[in-house]
Amino acid sequence: MAVLENIVNHYNHWITIFLMVSGLYIVVARGNMVKKLVGLSLFQTSVYLIYITPGKILGGTPPILETGFSVYSNPLPHVLILTAIVVGVATLAVGLALVVRINEAYGTIEEDELFAEDDGQL
Amino acid sequence: MSGQFPALQVVLPLLGALICALMRRGSWAWAVALVVCWAMPVISWLMLSEVLANGPISYAMGGWAPPWGIEYRVDAASGFLLLLVSLIGAVILPYARTSVASEIDEKNIPWFYTMFLLCLCGLLGISITGDAFNAFVFLEVSSLSTYGMIALGKDRRALLAAYQYLIMGTIGATFYVAGVGLLYSMTGSLNFVDVASRLGEVESTRPILAALAFITVGMSLKLALFPLHVWLPNAYAFAPSVATAFLAATATKVAVYLMLRFMFSVFGVAFTFDSLAISEVFITLSLAAMFGASLVAIFQENVKRMLAYSSVAQIGYITLGIGLANQTGLTGGIVHLFNHAMMKGALFLLLGIVIYRIGTVKIEGLAGLGKRMPITMGAFVIAGLSIIGTPGTVGFVSKWYLAVGAFERGWWWLVFLLVGSSLLSVVYIGRIVEVVWFRPLSKEGKAATEPPMGMLVPALLLVAATVYFGIDTSLTVGVASKAAEAFLAGLK
Repeated sequence: MAVLENIVNHYNHWITIFLMVSGLYIVVARGNMVKKLVGLSLFQTSVYLIYITPGKILGGTPPILETGFSVYSNPLPHVLILTAIVVGVATLAVGLALVVRINEAYGTIEEDELFAEDDGQL
Repeated sequence: MSGQFPALQVVLPLLGALICALMRRGSWAWAVALVVCWAMPVISWLMLSEVLANGPISYAMGGWAPPWGIEYRVDAASGFLLLLVSLIGAVILPYARTSVASEIDEKNIPWFYTMFLLCLCGLLGISITGDAFNAFVFLEVSSLSTYGMIALGKDRRALLAAYQYLIMGTIGATFYVAGVGLLYSMTGSLNFVDVASRLGEVESTRPILAALAFITVGMSLKLALFPLHVWLPNAYAFAPSVATAFLAATATKVAVYLMLRFMFSVFGVAFTFDSLAISEVFITLSLAAMFGASLVAIFQENVKRMLAYSSVAQIGYITLGIGLANQTGLTGGIVHLFNHAMMKGALFLLLGIVIYRIGTVKIEGLAGLGKRMPITMGAFVIAGLSIIGTPGTVGFVSKWYLAVGAFERGWWWLVFLLVGSSLLSVVYIGRIVEVVWFRPLSKEGKAATEPPMGMLVPALLLVAATVYFGIDTSLTVGVASKAAEAFLAGLK
């Protein structure tokens, strides 16, 4: 019972962990370079939840000064994650650009075929 | 003016990158980059001498006082690293002009310098910032530009290497940011000093342990600690020569610094090393790197990749110093940061000269080159001796401190292992020396001559530095031991 309660009370963390591990699994298990990047994005995005979810205070208002309200949610995590999202998008863009170039140079983006093509070279 | 130095360290390269991106001619972009890269060491040197005289500098970015605003903080360790990174950048730039023009398409050259300056900006930013999240942003600025630089390599495998590094590097950075997130949710702060002072209340709770684990593994990926080094050999082997020399000398070192900052300054020695078995883990992995990577290096046919594996082994020495976690050992680790940057930078620059002259780095292509390029190859031998750790070179200085540090902890067997791994480097460096000096000239090397002065002088400067700092250690060891002292005392 205590275990179940633990899971329910921290459901946001369990979701984070699930998304994180599935993202990482896709990166490791898939041979297609675009799918790997999808997994990588999922993995990166899941970490945003570590910041965002504790930032919400139950019963708190958005962080705007107004008479009559005294409990505010913390705005800093959102700002941080806005930055992290930009970083994530930039990473994905660079990654996809590389995949395009790889496809032009090799004619495939499957990892095992790529390594087979370069086998035995220095 | 001098009050704004910390900000200038980051702002100048960033502006320079922007201007480079607008240039259409490679030589103009080079000139812009040269101005920026030569200004950097002056600023870093002024800051470091200020720190050594009057103690740490704290700079509030945008006038917002820490811990609310982003603090830029220069102490002995970060000042030392700033000087190292900016010096390497300044030495490499004159060399870059000829080398980059011969290896990269004319239309891409301005972009190369843009990425070079962005990378410099990121690395300097990581070294100077006192804010954990700001460090993540700079980490990604430097990493993303690095992926771009590597992908500009001539060989198509450079693209694969860049992709592989992107995947591994992003996983590392994401681990880091996850760790910082956990720290933030427990302490409510991102400022290193502030986090360190607030940790006491929540220390050894599970999220803090998880944060330490995430940050350690994430940074280990970035600094290529064995067995998380798989991205490194290909990235170094296929990147343009200038990029390889710059990255080998700086990128992994900055990652080591960030890890040191967390382990010692933020989490504290007592928490990191006394209550957890991190020492043992680090020493085991370092030894695996020193022996495993050196063994692999011996069997490489591509000399650039051989030196890349040697880098993994040398990083093992640095992390060994971290694992020892006592004053002498940590001094050895930090001084090896500096020393390895000089000798590996020199070796990769010299290899870049070989590529420029004969177009190959296969070991048989180098045969007999000593007769055609005696200065270049002579310098190669000296830098190689430094990798081995011959007395009179910087390699010996760092190994000496590591050995004494091991003795102080009573681990005399470690000293034998240090000597043993040096013997492995005798084999792989010796193999190149034998081929270069004692074999008949290869057909690629027939027309080879000494390179233009612009390439030779920077490489020789670094080689001279490996000898100079091997004899006069007052600057390097002096600053490193100050930094080690500060790390061991913690920020509290």
